[in-house]
Amino acid sequence: MKQTISVLVENRAGVLNRITGLFSRRAFNIESLAVGPTDDPTISRITIIVDNGNNMVEQVEKQLNKLIEVIKVRTLEEHHHISRELMILKVTANAKTRQDIVTICSIYGAKIADISPTSMTVEVSDTPDRLDTFQEMMRPFSILEVVRTGVIALQKGSGKI
Amino acid sequence: MELTGAHILMESLRQAGVTHMFGYAGATICPVMDVLREMPDIGYTLVRTEQNAGHMASGYARVTGKAGVCMVTSGPGATNLITGIATAYMDSIPLVAITGQVPSHLLGRDIFQEVDITGAVAPFSKHSYLIKDANDIPRVVKEAFHIATTGRPGPVLIDIPIDIQTQSVKAFHYPEQVNIRGYKPSVKGNELQIKRVVEALGKAKQPLICAGGGVWLAHAREELLELAERYSIPVVKTMMGISVIPTAHPLNLGMIGAHGNHCANQALAKADLLIMVGTRAADRAMVHPEDIERRMATIHIDVDPAEIGKNMTAAIPVVGDVKVILRQILERELTPPDSAAWLEKLRSYRKAELDRVFPQREGYVFPGTFLRKLGEKLADDATVCVDVGQNQLFACKYLPQKHGRLLTSGGLGTMGYALPAAIGTKTAQREKQTVVICGDGSFQMAMNELAAVKCENLDIKIVLFRNNVLGLVHQIQRSAPYHGPIGVALDGSPDFAAIAAAYGIPSTVVEDETQIDNAIDAMLTRKGSSLTIVNVHPDVTTND
Repeated sequence: MKQTISVLVENRAGVLNRITGLFSRRAFNIESLAVGPTDDPTISRITIIVDNGNNMVEQVEKQLNKLIEVIKVRTLEEHHHISRELMILKVTANAKTRQDIVTICSIYGAKIADISPTSMTVEVSDTPDRLDTFQEMMRPFSILEVVRTGVIALQKGSGKI
Repeated sequence: MELTGAHILMESLRQAGVTHMFGYAGATICPVMDVLREMPDIGYTLVRTEQNAGHMASGYARVTGKAGVCMVTSGPGATNLITGIATAYMDSIPLVAITGQVPSHLLGRDIFQEVDITGAVAPFSKHSYLIKDANDIPRVVKEAFHIATTGRPGPVLIDIPIDIQTQSVKAFHYPEQVNIRGYKPSVKGNELQIKRVVEALGKAKQPLICAGGGVWLAHAREELLELAERYSIPVVKTMMGISVIPTAHPLNLGMIGAHGNHCANQALAKADLLIMVGTRAADRAMVHPEDIERRMATIHIDVDPAEIGKNMTAAIPVVGDVKVILRQILERELTPPDSAAWLEKLRSYRKAELDRVFPQREGYVFPGTFLRKLGEKLADDATVCVDVGQNQLFACKYLPQKHGRLLTSGGLGTMGYALPAAIGTKTAQREKQTVVICGDGSFQMAMNELAAVKCENLDIKIVLFRNNVLGLVHQIQRSAPYHGPIGVALDGSPDFAAIAAAYGIPSTVVEDETQIDNAIDAMLTRKGSSLTIVNVHPDVTTND
């Protein structure tokens, strides 16, 4: 089962290295990892998606907690958090296909970020599943390049970790 | 006088209570070494290879309860120290390792003797620092000692580029307090869990305590014995907890595990409540943790929450300082478990183990026979440092424990640990009888440290079981699925007596079992270090 772990860490050089090192050493699989500063510039938030057994997630949490620079760890409850991912996708486009691409983009709320005589680059932010289906819809137009940020998430309501 | 990073580093170490360091100098640590010259109150032992600085600091830490300190240069000095750090990490020994580093503006250019040591030790150190500003030194030192010695202890590394050592600083202020927001180890056990522990104890008919190295680390030996004695609970031990309870104690059942005492394993197989204290249920001690989980109720007391549920799921987990938790349990009113029948049964197992007759072979000595006699004759509070291999398993199984310590590399199983560890313990406790037990394989990994024994004028009795083979691997290779010994014959080994003599250390050879008594008596009464070489047949196995 996929689970989302939110980790607050000291915003310092080498911290990400310790976290990814821990995952590889303990044979935990990372499906996605995204990191960025929080409202407090000394703290970064890392969102990690793992796909392991339940017992494993508990070990991941405990081992993360042992790292001195990890301040807080919380596994976010399913359906009780907002998660989003940003994708930028470059697709082949010409006068004939351009309108079809724009139609699909509007269904997914994707924005046209760049355009050239032979291509279009679009950006879309959504849940990972919706991004997957958007990518499928773009495939027939011949995808040139794709980049995704990895998932970021916050729990719903006024609570914070 | 101009104050530099090197000055405030050494002054911080002094403030942290450091009185001795083990190390190996090199170019990038020279500014600090230069300050050490002015500090006669801080002793220094020069090792012969950096790995042993880690082991010496480990031995020192284990008998003093303080963090051991080792200091080496950058590059190969730092990488050689890695095994020492990993050994300490696996056994949760508090170390502060200081490494010199190339100038900070040249970091990452692969210059002479540069290595990313903080990156290298990340998987097996509790924490590490790369100092980028000399003004951070006092805080970093304070934090490093705090992290190394509190919670679950472990090694912390401080890497200091040489330009930071020479950087001038305006003032020195050693912080009184530590505040690390991501590091707040639990001390007290949850009262609700303590209540559950007490209830489970009251219900048990066949309770058993399993004591690990955490009992030593928490200085909780007294509390453990009090719990065992008050409620008549027998005690088994892991290798790291081996000397927690004397062999002659009626509740002692010895060491559990694949290489443990039969009576300890029988008790573990039949208990209805297992109380694990400061042990991580690792594979060597608990071969099939899932069986234990299924067959009996379990209480797991440990300072590290990650150890609970890692190898075994405990019915009642209690996280916190082992000493504090045992006190909390002892303070509660408790119906003593009705364990008379259980104790009676165990008594017969125990007697069979203690009365075991060892095999004899003409012209050789069986290690168990030698160790039994050695244990009888050792001082009550002797420190015995044991290496890795057959010698370790024999010593843990058969060396009678009194009120001293048995120190060995239990987690990482690092050959060559015993001699440097003994140098560390002896440095801290000059008055304690100190014995090394090793094999001819492990001795050859550390015998260069005889120089430190000689130079520091230490009195260490070295017992060397000589079978001219890497005994434990030889034993493994001679059983299925392997087809026979390869690469384990120690041909080409030197005349060990001549090696010792070259360092001015006398030696004797014990050729058969009739010579054991005299050899041990002579070794223990003679003042000064000595080497006792014991001839062991290469086919002897730890199952004999």
